[in-house]
Amino acid sequence: MQHQSQPMPDPDSDDTNVAVRVDRISKIFQGNEDEVRALDEVSVSIRRNEFFTLLGPSGCGKTTLLRVIAGFEPPTMGALYLGGRDISRLPPNQRPVNTVFQNYALFPHMSVANNIAFGLEMLGKSKGEIQTTVYDMLKLVQMEHLKARRTSEISGGQQQRVALARALAPQPEVLLLDEPLSALDLKLRRDMQIELKRLQHETGITFIFVTHDQEEALTMSDRIAVMSAGKILQVGTPREIYERPAERFVANFIGESNFLDAALSGGAVRLKAGGPAFAATPPKGVADGEVSILVRPEHGRVRMGAATEGELPATISNVVYSGEATTVHLRLATGETFKAKMSNTPAEDGGSMVQGAEAALSIAPGAVTVLKD
Amino acid sequence: MSDTVPPRHPARGYSVRSLPGFSIVALFTVATLYAPILILVAYSFNSGTSLAVWEGFSLRWYVQAAQNGEVIDAAIRSLYLALTAAGIATVAATMAALATTRTRRFPGKTMIYALINQPLMVPEIVTAVALLIVFAWIKVATGYTSMIYLIAAHTAFCIPFAYLPIRARLETMDNTLETAARDLYAPPMKVFLRVTLPQIWPGIIAGMMLAFVISMDDVVITEFVKSAGQDTIPTYMLGQLRRVVTPEVNAISTVILAAGAILVSLFFWISRERR
Ligand SMILES: Nc1ncnc2c1ncn2[C@@H]1O[C@H](COP(=O)(O)OP(=O)(O)OP(=O)(O)O)[C@@H](O)[C@H]1O
Ligand SMILES: [Mg+2]
Repeated sequence: MQHQSQPMPDPDSDDTNVAVRVDRISKIFQGNEDEVRALDEVSVSIRRNEFFTLLGPSGCGKTTLLRVIAGFEPPTMGALYLGGRDISRLPPNQRPVNTVFQNYALFPHMSVANNIAFGLEMLGKSKGEIQTTVYDMLKLVQMEHLKARRTSEISGGQQQRVALARALAPQPEVLLLDEPLSALDLKLRRDMQIELKRLQHETGITFIFVTHDQEEALTMSDRIAVMSAGKILQVGTPREIYERPAERFVANFIGESNFLDAALSGGAVRLKAGGPAFAATPPKGVADGEVSILVRPEHGRVRMGAATEGELPATISNVVYSGEATTVHLRLATGETFKAKMSNTPAEDGGSMVQGAEAALSIAPGAVTVLKD
Repeated sequence: MSDTVPPRHPARGYSVRSLPGFSIVALFTVATLYAPILILVAYSFNSGTSLAVWEGFSLRWYVQAAQNGEVIDAAIRSLYLALTAAGIATVAATMAALATTRTRRFPGKTMIYALINQPLMVPEIVTAVALLIVFAWIKVATGYTSMIYLIAAHTAFCIPFAYLPIRARLETMDNTLETAARDLYAPPMKVFLRVTLPQIWPGIIAGMMLAFVISMDDVVITEFVKSAGQDTIPTYMLGQLRRVVTPEVNAISTVILAAGAILVSLFFWISRERR
């Protein structure tokens, strides 16, 4: 994770690698008296064949961004490029982009096969070509046996597959998926996550996937964009987003976090609560002085007894046992709290911690992330 | 637990049947609605000329009506008028319903609702007088008298009746279906023909049937707008009442009633098939 250390050529500056480029797009909805800024100067480049996820809390603008890319909402400002071509003004039926809708939106008056054929028919493909493609798609989503059924006569998971097949059949350059799994139960959801990854791999189509489930985002994505209040806060691989969040919101939204006060000077941070100095690379624009740092709970190690050199003195305020792991809540010398997640292995033995006891906290080197705010 | 009495309809919790006098009110209502119609139908089979004295069963009034040139003439005119007006009104109402449910909010939308539904709110007699005056001008200016005036008038008051069920259907239809069709490369007209129309056609049929029945039934506006020799079935019957009343009127009414019943059943049957 030696980010920003050596200048790499930015892969997104080269349009041959970029499937979709969103260039300073804003979308303002006019309300009765107020206006809602659903997208606020969003810029992002989504690469070819990428599984790209938009992640963020409800109302942050994920659906709006998808609808702008699909062409259902004209952006108030900004431009949209598909493979280098400006498509901002194209109507949705002329964009080589297809959508899997959250409620699937299958045509209830058509059979499964006719649903899948619809896009191909509209593109004016020949009968023979439509037939083979529909057959291939049915096979791809394992629905051959139900091709003649009405879409109201199949289960939710099967409808999901038909919606995928219908959107993939015209071979779009980009597939947009708006929380396609949220209506499924947990087990089906797990299966479909694997299925989606397989489909993306087999078709080589760029997927833009919306979810507000952080675990889903981490396990499925090549890259994630974390959004909040109409802005993209950070774009990165799941590891970058989890291990090196740029700001407090991102850290908080993904996984459990400990935020501590520290002082930064010359590439080293020293916690107010004591302990050794840690080497850290601050994000751009963070000057020496008081900073906030992030430590993930699994990077803290607790030992019963008095703190020695390189450890932080603490008291155990709570112990929460959860099977494979134990979360130890600590109170540090500064009054700050720290949650340490210890695995219940013989080596760490998280289960042996005693509430109210004196303890020593050690933080793994390299586990300290300096935040922007 | 022990002192609670299980409700008689546990699934519904509350039933109006438990209100005092429910059965009596219900019976009375049904009787006032249907008893006169039953009497009317019964006397259409009377062999005598009286509407009050039963003299025996016969089909003579049906035969007489079927041989009466004026009745045939009025019936054909009524059908022609109702079909044309309902047809045009349904097309207009469908477009109006699309325009009021498949557009973004725009200023004046509420006003447009009011305009479309104007015939429901303005008393019919007012519209009738207004049309009489305007059409009189046009007739004098052009010297042109034909069914066009009746068709125009009937179309206008049929529109809201066709509009309401179509709009209701469009409002309950999931409009992401249309978005999906757009997404799958369908140009706007194809979206309408391949997705919207198949979804809303029960509403369109319902609207057209309502409009047809309303047109068939109309007296006030027709009476004011028609030129000489343009009687419809209702205005012909009204004219008859001013002279001698025979069970022929009952016979014609019974036929209209039967036709209406068949039409409505047909509609329910068609829409049941599709659901
Ligand atoms: N048609 C609209 N008119 C007015 N405001 C809208 C419209 N569509 C979205 N908004 C507003 O824009 C903001 C972003 O909405 P959007 O649907 O993109 O959120 P989201 O991230 O998809 O949320 P969720 O996770 O709940 O689906 C919200 O504040 C929403 O209220
Ligand atoms: Mg959404």
